Amino acid sequence: MIGKVYEPFTMDVEKGRLCSFAKAIGETNPIYFNEAAAVKAGYRSIPAPPTFPFVAAMEAEQPFVLLADMGIDKRKTVHGEQQFTYLKPIVAGDVLTGQQKVVEMYDKKGGALTFIVTETRLTNQLNEAVCDMRTVIVVRNG
Amino acid sequence: MSKSVRAADIEVGYTLPEVTHGPVERVNLALFAAYSGDHNPIHLDDEQARANGLPGAIVHGMLSMAYLAQVLTGWVPQSQIRSFGSRFAAMAYPGDTVRCKGVVNAKDTVNGETVVEITLTAENQKGDGLLSGSAKVVLT
Repeated sequence: MIGKVYEPFTMDVEKGRLCSFAKAIGETNPIYFNEAAAVKAGYRSIPAPPTFPFVAAMEAEQPFVLLADMGIDKRKTVHGEQQFTYLKPIVAGDVLTGQQKVVEMYDKKGGALTFIVTETRLTNQLNEAVCDMRTVIVVRNG
Repeated sequence: MSKSVRAADIEVGYTLPEVTHGPVERVNLALFAAYSGDHNPIHLDDEQARANGLPGAIVHGMLSMAYLAQVLTGWVPQSQIRSFGSRFAAMAYPGDTVRCKGVVNAKDTVNGETVVEITLTAENQKGDGLLSGSAKVVLT
């Protein structure tokens, strides 16, 4: 499984979705709601908050694609860790493409837990890499 | 951001302004489920959460992490954040408060830029750790 690359997924980053997400996480800075404020702050449009890249993966059900492929019951898993490396801003109107890759798998606690590590690079419609994500999923075995 | 943060003013040990959210209500979880794309019923339905061995519905780890990110976005423009990550140490439940903190633990010059490394933590109202994270931020 290590090295396996899954089918690419895409997400249209809609302005309304970004505003709703920003509201849902309790953001109040106008740059996340008002295009003029975002442009004044130097963005092409309303920016995606720092954890939004994971929404692109979640919307495309990437964790579940992986677990189904491995024959793992998703109810026995938890999100162990999440990392983002930011390369370029993601803003409203962008079209993101990503591809999930399995980079590491290891057991802990004598095999009671399996850790699955994936990496996903998100690229925008200008073919610029915008964000690298690293996700650790923990599986409770038995 | 009321005033801009200057590299010269920030040293190791500097404490960032805290961000607290909560008590997290079920409506917050419903809205986050809808707009994050994470529709897992363990965040919305006590019965299904219990069927999966949990005491009841739990707060999305990514919602707590979004709160934690606001320690950074409330401090500097988001474009200055180079990386951000967190480990999910413990679960939060509806009714919990999520208190997010950051402290500068390193300051370096990388390719002519000042980069600070920040240790981030989130805890509930009892002081139990929920998230253990870190970030790298460029200062000008």
